[in-house]
This record gives sequence, C-alpha cells and structure tokens, in this order.
Amino acid sequence: MAVCIAVIAKENYPLYIRSTPTENELKFHYMVHTSLDVVDEKISAMGKALVDQRELYLGLLYPTEDYKVYGYVTNSKVKFVMVVDSSNTALRDNEIRSMFRKLHNSYTDVMCNPFYNPGDRIQSRWALLPVSASSPGGPYFLCPIQSRWALLLCPIQSRAFDNMVTSMMIQVC
Amino acid sequence: MEKDTEVYKATVKDDLTKWQNVLKAHSSVDWLIVIVENDAKKKNKTNILPRTSIVDKIRNDFCNKQSDRCVVLSDPLKDSSRTQESWNAFLTKLRTLLLMSFTKNLGKFEDDMRTLREKRTEPGWSFCEYFMVQEELAFVFEMLQQFEDALVQYDELDALFSQYVVNFGAGDGANWLTFFCQPVKSWNGLILRKPIDMEKRESIQRREATLLDLRSYLFSRQCTLLLFLQRPWEVAQRALELLHNCVQELKLLEVSVPPGALDCWVFLSCLEVLQRIEGCCDRAQIDSNIAHTVGLWSYATEKLKSLGYLCGLVSEKGPNSEDLNRTVDLLAGLGAERPETANTAQSPYKKLKEALSSVEAFEKHYLDLSHATIEMYTSIGRIRSAKFVGKDLAEFYMRKKAPQKAEIYLQGALKNYLAEGWALPITHTRKQLAECQKHLGQIENYLQTSSLLASDHHLTEEERKHFCQEILDFASQPSDNPGHKIVLPMQSFAQLRDLHFDPSNAVVHVGGVLCIEITMYSQMPVPVHVEQIVVNVHFSIEKNNYRKTAEWLTKHKTSNGIINFPPETAPFPVSQNSLPALELYEMFERSPSDNSLNTTGIICRNVHMLLRRQESSSSLEMPSGVALEEGAHVLRCSHVTLEPGANQITFRTQAKEPGTYTLRQLCASVGSVWFVLPHIYPIVQYDVYSQEPQLHVEPLADSLLAGIPQKVKFTVTTGHYTIKNGDSLQLSNAEAMLILCQAESRAMVYSNTREQSSDAALRIQSSDKVTSISLPVAPAYHVIEFELEVLSLPSAPALGGESDMLGMAEPHRKHKDKQKTGHCMVTTDHKVSIDCPWSIYSTVIALTFSVPFRTTHALLSSGTRKYVQVCVQNLSELDFQLSDSYLVDTSDSTDLQLVPLNTQSQQPIYSKQSVFFVWELKWTEEPPPSLHCRFSVGFSPASEEQLSISLKPYTYEFKVENFFTLYNVKAEIFPPSGMEYCRTGSLCSLEVLITRLSDLLEVDKDEALTESDEHFSTKLMYEVVDNSSNWAVCGKSCGVISMPVAARATHRVHMEVMPLFAGYLPLPDVRLFKYLPHHSAHSSQLDADSWIENDSLSVDKHGDDQPDSSSLKSRGSVHSACSSEHKGLPMPRLQALPAGQVFNSSSGTQVLVIPSQDDHVLEVSVT
Repeated sequence: MAVCIAVIAKENYPLYIRSTPTENELKFHYMVHTSLDVVDEKISAMGKALVDQRELYLGLLYPTEDYKVYGYVTNSKVKFVMVVDSSNTALRDNEIRSMFRKLHNSYTDVMCNPFYNPGDRIQSRWALLPVSASSPGGPYFLCPIQSRWALLLCPIQSRAFDNMVTSMMIQVC
Repeated sequence: MEKDTEVYKATVKDDLTKWQNVLKAHSSVDWLIVIVENDAKKKNKTNILPRTSIVDKIRNDFCNKQSDRCVVLSDPLKDSSRTQESWNAFLTKLRTLLLMSFTKNLGKFEDDMRTLREKRTEPGWSFCEYFMVQEELAFVFEMLQQFEDALVQYDELDALFSQYVVNFGAGDGANWLTFFCQPVKSWNGLILRKPIDMEKRESIQRREATLLDLRSYLFSRQCTLLLFLQRPWEVAQRALELLHNCVQELKLLEVSVPPGALDCWVFLSCLEVLQRIEGCCDRAQIDSNIAHTVGLWSYATEKLKSLGYLCGLVSEKGPNSEDLNRTVDLLAGLGAERPETANTAQSPYKKLKEALSSVEAFEKHYLDLSHATIEMYTSIGRIRSAKFVGKDLAEFYMRKKAPQKAEIYLQGALKNYLAEGWALPITHTRKQLAECQKHLGQIENYLQTSSLLASDHHLTEEERKHFCQEILDFASQPSDNPGHKIVLPMQSFAQLRDLHFDPSNAVVHVGGVLCIEITMYSQMPVPVHVEQIVVNVHFSIEKNNYRKTAEWLTKHKTSNGIINFPPETAPFPVSQNSLPALELYEMFERSPSDNSLNTTGIICRNVHMLLRRQESSSSLEMPSGVALEEGAHVLRCSHVTLEPGANQITFRTQAKEPGTYTLRQLCASVGSVWFVLPHIYPIVQYDVYSQEPQLHVEPLADSLLAGIPQKVKFTVTTGHYTIKNGDSLQLSNAEAMLILCQAESRAMVYSNTREQSSDAALRIQSSDKVTSISLPVAPAYHVIEFELEVLSLPSAPALGGESDMLGMAEPHRKHKDKQKTGHCMVTTDHKVSIDCPWSIYSTVIALTFSVPFRTTHALLSSGTRKYVQVCVQNLSELDFQLSDSYLVDTSDSTDLQLVPLNTQSQQPIYSKQSVFFVWELKWTEEPPPSLHCRFSVGFSPASEEQLSISLKPYTYEFKVENFFTLYNVKAEIFPPSGMEYCRTGSLCSLEVLITRLSDLLEVDKDEALTESDEHFSTKLMYEVVDNSSNWAVCGKSCGVISMPVAARATHRVHMEVMPLFAGYLPLPDVRLFKYLPHHSAHSSQLDADSWIENDSLSVDKHGDDQPDSSSLKSRGSVHSACSSEHKGLPMPRLQALPAGQVFNSSSGTQVLVIPSQDDHVLEVSVT
C-alpha cells in the first residue's frame, strides 16, 4: 500500500501526483520533489548500463523516518515515484517492482489515448471537474476546439489510471 | 621425543598412554604426536628393520587407525633441506588438523545454537540468552580474523530481532519481547569508540537491556566489524537505516518515550557515527563520499531543529519555564558523559548539551549543521534537497524574526520549484515568501506575491480572499506620494483572453468609430473595482503608401475580427513542448514610387517568444522592469468592476489621424497599484485611413468589343467626400462612342466594408456633347457602383491594314503573314473625359475597344475573268450573325458590275472562324486600272435576341489595282521523242507559251515599253523555278524576251528539264517579270542578253525558297563581284508583274514520270 504515487515528466514537472487524502499532500509533494535528486543521481550513475540492461526499477531512493521512497524510470525518462509507509514491512522489493510495472502499463494506456498530449498533466476526474466548473480556462486550460471533447474523453483514460493508482494505495499486497 | 627404543618402552609409552587417557577423559579427539629425530640415528637407519623404529612403534601403539596423527620432525635445529621439508610437512599437518578440529567444533557449536534457536517458540526462550550464544560464535570468528563471518552472526541476530518486532506488531507477541518494551529512560546514543561495550553487553546478559540498548550494542559491534573490513560508508548507510528503524520499532512496540528523547538519541547517534567515520578516514575520502554521509547530517539537522522547537529555543522570546523543565528532563536522560569522550572537545554529548543550554548556542549549532548540510548537498548536486533544507532554515529565520535572512532561501527554493513546475510547493513557498516580504516591507514584491497567491487555485477561498484584500487595502490607502505607482504584472491579476474589433476588419476611416471589446478573465476571488483600464496605443504613419489604401486594407484584413490570446502556461515550466510554434509570414516590400517589388522574404513574427532566455520565466517573480509606456494615444475605460471570471470591456475611439495603431500595453489601475500587461501578443493593430474620392471605370468583360453594346462598370469611392443631391458625373462624349441610356439602370451604394446600404435609380441625361449622370446621395467612405452600356462605332480599319494585293501569286507567304498577325484584334481607344463633382480637374478615362473582325480580300482570276474574295475572320469569343453583305464600287463606274456569288443573306460566324464572300467582276468596256471597293456587312451578337438600338454595319474598304490579265503563261512538258512517258534521268522538253491577251493599256506605260513604228513592245523576263526540286533545269533557266504589246502576241520558249523522281510531278513554276532598263539605259553598252548569257549559272544553284527579288539581286551582286569590268555600272531592274496581270493556265497540271528501267532503287520521299 503506497501513500503517494507520482508520475514525473522528463523535465521534472509532475504529470500526476496523488497521495492518500488523509495526509498532508504538501509534504509528499516536497518529498517526491526532493527524491528527484536521487533519481537523477541514479540515472546518471547507471548511465548506459541502465539502458542496456533495461532495468527501469531504481530501487529504494532513500528512507526517511516514516517513509520509504522508491523510484522507477521509463525509457523516455518519465519517472515514477512511490512513497510507502516505513511501518509497512510487508512490501518487499518484488512487490514494489510489480507495482511499478503495473503503473507503467497504465501509464502506457494513458499515452495511447489520442486525446492525450504527451507532456500534459494526467488529470483525474477529481482534478478536472472543479476546473471545468469554476474556470473554463483555469490553470489547466484546454484550447476551445478540443475542450468539449477533451472534457468528455480525457477522464475515460485518466480515470482508468486513477483507479489503478487508487487500488495501489488501498490494496495491501 | 628422541630416545632409544628402550627408553621409549620404559617411560615414554606410559606417559603417552596417560596423556591419551586424559584426553579421552575430556573427550577430546584432537591430538598429534611429534617425534623429533636426530641425525646420529640416521646412520644406522639402513640396518634397522621396518616396524622397529620408534615412529612405527608409536604408530602401532597409539595411532591404530589414524596414522596421520604421528609426525616426524628430523633435526629441527639444523639447516638442511631435509629439515625444511620435515618442518613443512609438520606445519601442513598441524594446519589441516587444526582446521578440521575447528570445523568440527564450530559445526557442533552451530548445531547447538541452531537447536537453541529452534526452541524460540517455547515459552521460556530468551532472546538475550540466544544472543549471548551466537555472539560467542561471532567472537570466535572475530578472533580468527574472520570479520565477514562475525558480521554475519550479528546480522542474523539483527534480522531475528527485527522479525520478532514485526511479528509483535502483527499481534504475534513473544513474552521475552515485552521486556524490551519498557519505557525509555536513557537516550545517550550510540557508543562506537570501544570495540565492545561491556556495560551494555552485561545488561543484555542480565536481561536488563532496553530496546535502544540492544540496538546500540548490536550496531556498535557491526560498526566495529565493518570498520575492520574497511567499509566505513556502509556504516553510515546502516546507521541511517538503524536510526529510522529504531524509531519505527519503538512506535510499533508502543514503548513510551518522553518527548524529545528519541530526537536526542538520534542526534547523538548521528554525530557519533559521523565522528567515528571521520576518525578512521582522511579528509579526501570523506569529501569524495559525502553522498553516503549527508543523510546523517541532514537527519541530525532535522532532529536538532525539532529539539529546538520542542525546547522553545527557536522562538523570539526564548524558552519559558515549561520548555526549561523539558530541557532539564532531556538532559537528565543523557546521563553523564562517557569517560572515553570526556576529553574530546567536540563530542556529541557536549554539543547537544551546549545546544540545549541557550538560545544563542542553539542557533549557532543549528546554523552550523544546516549550512554544512546545504553545502554538502550542493556539492554533490542534490540541489532540491539543499533547497529543502534551506527552506527549513528560512522557517527558522522567520521564527527568529529575521526575514532578511530567510528571503534568499525562500527565493532560491521558489525559483527551483517554478523551474520544475511543482504547483503545491510553489504555492506554499510563495505564501512563506509573502509573509517574509511583508515583514521586510518590500511593498511591491509583497503585492506581487499577493496577487499571485490571490489567483492561485491551490489555496483555499479564504486565503485567496485574504491576499486579494491585502492588495485592495494597500490600493485604497491614501498614498503620501500621489504620483507614485506600484506597477505589477497583470498575468496574476487578470488575463486577456480575446479581443474583438468592430468593424471586424479593424479598418476604420478618419472620423469613424472603432469599438474594441476585450475579454478579461479576472483571477481574483472577489470583484475588484478598477478605476480605469488603459490600452496604450502606438501610432505609426505607414511609409508604404500601398498599404494605406482602402482597397488593400479591406482586402487583406478579412478576419472575423476576433483575436484570441494564448493562455498563460504559468504552472508549466518552459519545456520544449510549450514553446509556441513558429509564426512565419511572407513579406513583400514594394517601392513607393511604382509599386514594384523591392524585396521579399519570410519573417518570423514571434522571434521574441522563441529566443528569449529560459530563465526569463522566473523573472515573473522578480519585481521585473515592467515599464509603463506613456504614449499619446490611449484607449481608456473608466470605473469597471471586474467580477471573478470573464469580463467584457469595451473601448470606443474615434479615429483621427490616418495610420496604423498597434495596441501595446494593457494597464488596469486599482488605486496606486497598476497592473500592467507589458506586451500584447499576438500583435493587435487597427488601421485608420483617409481616402480621396475616386472614380474607376472598367469593362465588365475582359475586353470591350467595338460595334456592339458593352457594359462598363463605374465605381465611385466617395472617400472623405459626401455626395450631395445634384452631384453628377459629366462625361464629355467621344465622337465614335455612344453612351446608351437605359431607363432601368440602377446604382448600388455600399459601405466601405462592402455592406450594401442602398440602391437608387440612375438618371442619365444626354446632350450631344455631354452626358450627365446624376449620382445618388451617398455618405463619405462609401462606394457607388453602377453599370453603363457603351457602344463604339465600328469604323473600318484604316487602309493601312494590309491588303493582300499579291493575291495568289505567293500563297505561302500570305499564309505565314496571317499566322503572325493572326489572333490579335485591331483596337481603337476612346478617351472620355469625366468631370467629377469633387474635383476641378477632369478625369480622363481611356476605353479600349477591339474590333471583333479581321477582313482580308483577294483577287482571283480565271483566265480573264476576275473575282473578288472577301474573308471575314471572327477573332472574338462571341458568335455573330452576319447579314446583308454588300460590296460596292466607290468610284461609281457604271461600266463595272459586281455580281455577288453569295447565296445566303444571313450567315452565322462563330468564334475564331472565318466566312468568305465572293463577287465576280464584270465589265463591258475597258476595265479601269484600279478599283475602289467598300465591303459592308451587318452583324449582331448571335446570342442576344433583340437589341435596343440598330447597329451599324461593319465596313471594310479596299482597293484592287491592275487586275486585268495581260499575259497568259502556259507550260507543257513532253517526253523525249519516241517515248510515251517521261522517265527519271532522261531529258524532257519544256515548252513555255507566253501570250499577250490585250492591246496596249494604260498600265503598260512604263520604262520597259519601247515603241517602234506604231508597234509597242515590252521586255519581260521569264524564269523557270522548281521549288520542290522535282526537276533539274538544264541550260538556261531564264531569259529576257521582247514582247510585242498586242493581243494574241505569243512567245514560245523551249527548255530541257530532267525529272529527278518518278510519279506525277507538278510542273516547274514559270515566273514572269517586267524587265526595266536602268534610268540611264543609253549609257550602257551592256547588252542585257549578254548579261544574262554571262550568268551561266542555273537557277537551281540558288535556294528556291528565297524570295525571288532578293535572289535576283544577289545574283546581280554575284555577277558584279565576278565580272569586274562591269563594276560600278548601272544594272537593269526586275519588277514582278502584279498577280492579276499574269494568269498561269497550266498551274496545277502534273506530268507522269515513270522510273527509268535500270533504276533499282526507288526513292520514296514523304514530305
């Protein structure tokens, strides 16, 4: 059971970040952001070897008192970061690995959505609805031609992604 | 044991037996008997029987099965190879046996230990007991220098304990574990300076250790072993894991820990580990392995910080009594300092004690640690972590009321988050920054940050309102400096979404009203009253005249007038993807004088977007140089309340000066706060033009045709002139052009944007000189359009139009000429001068009419009968109906009669087709030397049914001269005598018969005419030319004959020709020329005949295609060149007889030529 799952673009801005609603979201944002240091370090340290071996899992990025932060990087340098509660000892390396693999598959599905622009934030319905309701442009402005379709179609794909993330956060592996 | 056999038997054997028994009693199976031999003994070695030596005896006695337990060492004190060998053998044996022994014993020990471990589920089992057992094994390994193995033992213990704790957490508790759950009373950290912390070990042995004691002891052992193994960085890494783990375990076991106790323990432990590592590594090693230790530094910093907060050391006022009590409790838990560190100045214990002692000391230690951590993070490139620690530091400074020190850290962190687009950290950091800036009194920065926060959707409504209110409060304050403006960027306040022009093409004439409606999307959570919204406009007079014209403007700005502005992508970092696409445009620059193209190229309109520095996105945060432009031209809208969300704002302006206006800046002022959008992009422009009234007259069709009514469009662009009632256009009539007045013609009035505004009937009054068209009333900047029909009278083209007098003489040439001039119509220009009401000058307009027909005529002869053929060719695209064709003799000689041979009175003539008319010339008396004719034919467009006016017929005048036939030429070819047919290659005779048909006529009177005794004669030259090279003319091909001028005078010429081909061959041409003597003929003794004789060359030498006259001339020149004695002498001249005067009666006849018999090759030429 993860407490926070984040997808981070190649340029290191968050494409998707979701944490357990009961906890302080901000803390995880900071944590995931800081973990990028280690991700960068690991990617550059592994360098070519990483590409050759196709090992995408970066392992434990760093532990904190309460959480363990794991990383995973796709071939296109999109990073997945997962924060797990330290007290959750049931989650071993293998479980984390398989969770990342599932996440990667879901992310690939999102990328396959023709209405998704690579590099855009993956918007869950939770993020989309208030935006569309309060501000037709808002911070996540959709261009006028796309907007109607985007509003209808984007959630279908991103909802699947969202559900997957939710299941990872609830499920005790 | 070097003795005699006797001695052995006497004493040694007994001793050995006793020893063996003792061993057995102790159940020890590891033993070895060593026999030391002497050299002396060896001498008689050969004599000794086997099995009689002491060695053998001992082997027999003791090593009944283990013969390897007895080793012989010979002469141990001597230095010989033998000695060396025996030593080696001894040591090897000893080593093997020792190893065997250890293996056996350790195996047994491990078995026992495992047995003990298997019993762990039994109630009485104690971890501490087991711990001691396994540690003993570890000690053994350690003593044997097997640190790796020793470490494994401790790791196993560690894992076992961890598993128990986890299981305990899962509800599967072991009894013994409850003992470890006793409250933590001491938190004095790890002790790594002693190899074995006996104190802790004993407490474990006594089962009195707490969890922290056990963990501390275990780690100290692991640390020692790792350091033996030269793996200090693993120590650091394991230490961090251990500390995290301990904290977790205490939580899991629900051990009661006084607040801050763990922090103390962690802090002390971190420092202890770091100091321990530093103690065994040199500086360079440490520096290159910061990545391993920085975690501990950061952890220690974090813990010290929380201790500081806990003990009230971070607040401004210092700790209160409660805080002090807590501090005292915490210090008590530390106990006394360990003796081994008591002498070190920088021991963790001393540091902590000092840090907790006072606010200042805490600050010093905390800052030291923080700075060290930040520095380390930065040095290994972990910028984000460094910023995060920096943020903690900023928080600390804020608590200490030192915002000036906090700002730099906050800005640094914010810049980092902005660059990578992390929305929540941005918001959070901005909030902190706002507070900091408020404390610092950086009003502008604070307001800017506030405006960013007020528009931040990640904040709650209340927070946003708060920040918005901060801005409004400031704005409403009466400023001490009334002119002072606070300029803030607009993006965070409101966004320009779209802009709409009315009129939509953004082109307005001078004095016209332009509306600009903008949509501003307010980002503020509450309605904001804005005193004024101002758009600064840059005015430029277009240098390029062409661009200023109304036509250009209306043509080129056909957009719907709505300009959308791209939304700000503020939360995104500037990545490759979010860069705008290139906006490329073609550019043409025309020269102002003649409007020709000067330069052309492609320009990129958004270069400034693409080429700006990447960091500039973060400059939004800075109080950047948003300069207010003060321009003379502004659009203003006062007292607007911007509701949250979209707002429509309308600017109205009356256009004054013509030129181009570019919207530059958008400012909204709220009190002394100005929100400025420094650049409006994409570029928004509107144009104001002023226009002179203009009149355009242009044909509706591609070209106007003469002779039929044609429509012409009049366009009056009123420009700044207003057409009043009674204004009219005065057209001065051209003679040959009529303006047809139609009652129903109407004029349309359009506005400049092509919207029809009205239409009115057109009144046209015509007098013989002037046609007046009264214009409908129209306001300025409108367009009046109407159409008129004009008719150009079809005048006969001037006789200059070539008249083909050559007739059939040179059909080839005639054809060529026709092709050359073929398809262009003869045009006539009519100039009309128009007086316009707005100008004292009259406008002259030239209308070009094309004559749709091209007419040629030809004289045809048949013997003496003569025919005139007129060919009318329709060059236009229209079909016409021709009617009533006439050919009249204008000279009116009654003698002459023109008999039409045309059967139809009406005849269609289609586009690009021709119609031929033929008349026979008949005369009774002597025909006139020349004939003036006029051809006229009525025509009307075939498509139109009825025309309002009758059209003038088309006329064509021409003159035919010398049409009477004077000579008849007849040529005949006869086969050679005795043959029926001509054969190729054999000579045939050509007989030319030239017959004079009439008596002396007027036309004969020229220089060639000679008179003698009432008999007139003239000189003619004949020439036989075969243009198609069918015949070879043998001998003279030409000659001069003297022809009597009398009817039926005949001249016969014989010639030899040879056919070159077989088949039906046309006869060679016979041409007749008038042979004119030179003006001063008398002076020349030169006989023309002789001249001709001299010219022995045959005609075939000359190119047949060459025009005859030139060939003759060239011949003359050849002659003059070759016969020098005649040089400079005047030459006789040749003149072609007019076509009508010679009739070739044998033209068109052919002669059959058969191939010669011996001709095996038949040439076929296809032309």
